[in-house]
Amino acid sequence: MRIPTHDVLVIGAGLAGQRAALAAAEEGASVGILSKVHPVRSHSNAAQGGINAALNPEDSWESHAFDTVKGSDYLGDQDAIEVMCREAPDEILTLEHLGVTFHRNEEGRLGTRAFGGASAARTYYVADITGQAILHVLYEQLMRHEEVYRYEEWFTTRLVRDENGHIAGCVAREMRDGTMQLFTAKTVILACGGNGQIYQPTTNALICTGDGIAMAYRIGAPLMDMEMVQYHPTTLAGNGILITEGARGEGAHLYNAQGERFMERYAPNKMELASRDVVSRAEQTEINEGRGFPDGTVALDITKVPRKRIHEALREIVNVGRDFAGVDITREPIHIKPGNHYTMGGVKTDKEGHTDIPGLYAAGEVACVSVHGGNRLGANSLLDTLVFGRRAGKDAAHHARNHKLPDIPRAVVDDEERGLRELIGRERSGRRVSEIREELGRTLDKYVAVFRDEDGLLEAAQIVQRLKEEAKSIAIDDKGQVFNQDLFGAIELGFMLDNAECVVVAAIERKESRGAQFRTDFPERDDDEWLKHVDLTMDGDRPGVTYSQVTITRWQPEERKY
Amino acid sequence: MPDYTLKIRRYDPESGQPAYWQEFGVELEQERSVLDAILQVKNDEDGSLAIRCSCQAAICGSCGVRINGRSRLACNTKMSVAAEGAPNGAIVVEPMGNMPVVKDLIVDMDAVHWKKVQRVVPWLLPEGDPPEREYIVDPESMIDVTQSMACIHCGVCVSACLSLEVDPEFIGPAALAKAYRFVGDPRDAHTEDRLLDLAEDPHGMYDCTHCFACVEVCPKDVAPMNQIMRLRRRATADFGIKDQNNGYGHEKAFVDLIEKYGILSEAQLIPKSYGDGSMIRAQVKPAALRELSAKLPTVVRALRSGKASPKTALIHHKLKDQDQVRRIFDEVESKDERLELNLYIVGESDDEEEGAMSEGGQEQ
Repeated sequence: MRIPTHDVLVIGAGLAGQRAALAAAEEGASVGILSKVHPVRSHSNAAQGGINAALNPEDSWESHAFDTVKGSDYLGDQDAIEVMCREAPDEILTLEHLGVTFHRNEEGRLGTRAFGGASAARTYYVADITGQAILHVLYEQLMRHEEVYRYEEWFTTRLVRDENGHIAGCVAREMRDGTMQLFTAKTVILACGGNGQIYQPTTNALICTGDGIAMAYRIGAPLMDMEMVQYHPTTLAGNGILITEGARGEGAHLYNAQGERFMERYAPNKMELASRDVVSRAEQTEINEGRGFPDGTVALDITKVPRKRIHEALREIVNVGRDFAGVDITREPIHIKPGNHYTMGGVKTDKEGHTDIPGLYAAGEVACVSVHGGNRLGANSLLDTLVFGRRAGKDAAHHARNHKLPDIPRAVVDDEERGLRELIGRERSGRRVSEIREELGRTLDKYVAVFRDEDGLLEAAQIVQRLKEEAKSIAIDDKGQVFNQDLFGAIELGFMLDNAECVVVAAIERKESRGAQFRTDFPERDDDEWLKHVDLTMDGDRPGVTYSQVTITRWQPEERKY
Repeated sequence: MPDYTLKIRRYDPESGQPAYWQEFGVELEQERSVLDAILQVKNDEDGSLAIRCSCQAAICGSCGVRINGRSRLACNTKMSVAAEGAPNGAIVVEPMGNMPVVKDLIVDMDAVHWKKVQRVVPWLLPEGDPPEREYIVDPESMIDVTQSMACIHCGVCVSACLSLEVDPEFIGPAALAKAYRFVGDPRDAHTEDRLLDLAEDPHGMYDCTHCFACVEVCPKDVAPMNQIMRLRRRATADFGIKDQNNGYGHEKAFVDLIEKYGILSEAQLIPKSYGDGSMIRAQVKPAALRELSAKLPTVVRALRSGKASPKTALIHHKLKDQDQVRRIFDEVESKDERLELNLYIVGESDDEEEGAMSEGGQEQ
């Protein structure tokens, strides 16, 4: 096979990746998009509730931006937030014109629903399958624009830089037959999602193993705010399956085991629609103080919402309740608890998606622009993927025009292939990949969750170090080339351990409580000392810590109340 | 925790050996899924067992398989349900049907499914430049196409489709449901072209035999066959498309015969199909004559086996309570608008007895 070369190579084919690919193709770039799953299997599918935009004449982008800044607990960069909120309405209209079947109001215009942390109902949606609907429409466009070359079911194992430090491409393995291939590209856009799988349980799919974050980190790109891990307030207890915030947006209430609508005590104004970090902490407090149910949960009561409305707008979670909890949500409350959901941190980028490595971009959950800061608002994640995916795609296409194709020796692939052959051929001695993965997940969910403290974090750090050692001697069962999922699992484990180490180090570093980082040993937000980003850069085989400034344009930090 | 036995169809393309069965013992709660059980085997025992899976929540569409012969998602099939239908106590897990197997439980969906999705021109084709703001459309029309938008392309219906088994070129249930998503979208300007295309294709909308298999197995209640029937109704009732496959004539003859007799008259079906409902006209149309003579061997077989006699072939009896069938026709025909039930749209009534919504897409 000839070495595939592209102006713009996108890794990951969820919303950010597909949007980036389309934007780059529109600019006339030659584009390749590479993904370890078929694009419609991407985790963007899981975004149920909707996408925020101040599109109504009575609403304003400034109001959306302020809600986002406040939601981020003032850790979001306000220049980036302004860009996102300003460009949101056009992005919605573009999607609508491409074919997304957004919900309409009685006049046939785009209709909205309410969402957490927002001062207006500005969430646009397709029933409770918004992410899926948008993902499929973008994939339709990729099928239409055949000039975008799709590499479906290709697993990227590492990024490659040229001798000047510019990005030069990646090495990937065709999952179907085990072919190792060097991809050279003038620019690379990482769009391969978050790292939810480092936690157990999580709402995230099995593919969300932080590949892009780890690969960027390994070639020297700084990561930012890795301690900011979102726990979603409504997930099923056993398996972490998500119940959309749209349920609360449509009027569902939360109750503890004593039948109290406990949010009255924590967020008297916004109640169930306070920011996610606030609601999750409230639930966890109820559970910890013995007012939850015996299975460690509280109740979400959707029966308040009219049945007609549930079938029209919350159909997917009717199925989830039936199939995964055995509960008819139209008739009885469902037990839920906070669960790992979203990676606010990631590869540090600016507004155009540039990382610190020339030619390397990142967009979507893999990136930290940062628009979400310490806590992401519901329905801002789809927006983030689309706005910054598009911007990165466009900028990368321009960048490619002024750059030559990098020259990298084929030896890079041979090295990588040798490493994988060694792993495939290794005799079993140590633990199984699944055991390490399981212990990692339980550890983070225990010590680096809704509430954290130094003792627990140090314990987590120690365990992660031990797991990293153990991972060095893992062996796998599958010795073949065709769909060797065992091998990919082992590579993913390496990515996950790097992610986990960075999360723990950053959580130890930030000695205050802000957004998703709540330290019981430092329970207050400390703007004097900690209104700054925690940046991590690989130093030897450990993350080295530096800080960078939070960009403040017009909203000075204030006390955060809902 | 209960013990279960999984009997899994294995295939390793690199071994040079044919597919074989392998049994594994697993231990997990009965509410857990078959995917959980498979992952337990993969994690603890044999990492080479291959299955695509990701979300574990029936939204990514990766883990379509056949469990005890029935096509379904492994992630939303509970162990208790799988065990009930397990022959000889072992839960049988095989790759999906109608698609080539790549390895173990992984099939190649590209040639059989994605190629056909591409074939239905799966993108919106509006007229002219887009408006400055959004397209203004009837709110119900957007909710209506949401049922086909809910398709996750898992391939479970493709696996179960009986027409595909006979005609691998059939566009298939999922791709046709995708086609309805554009036909039902008021923003699309090529409704008639799309319908004409799918009606004229010999492997198109009239290739569905109305067997309900896709409706039964779809994990997302997309009810692909219902979407296909809606394509047909739109093609015939709204655009009067008379296709070269004679799907239109066939359906008209079928309905007319049921209305008249309450039961199908096979002997009259083909002549009437080709004669626009008339027995006479068919006799002079070359296509009908060809079709009729091609059916002669079937007629001979039917006569020989006693399934038909010259008498029953010519004089068809009415169903005993044919008036009840007639009442259904009267009821449906008395409506001003064609009624298309949709899972996402329920009536105003909040009636407790209105259980229809969990029963899968029904139409009148």
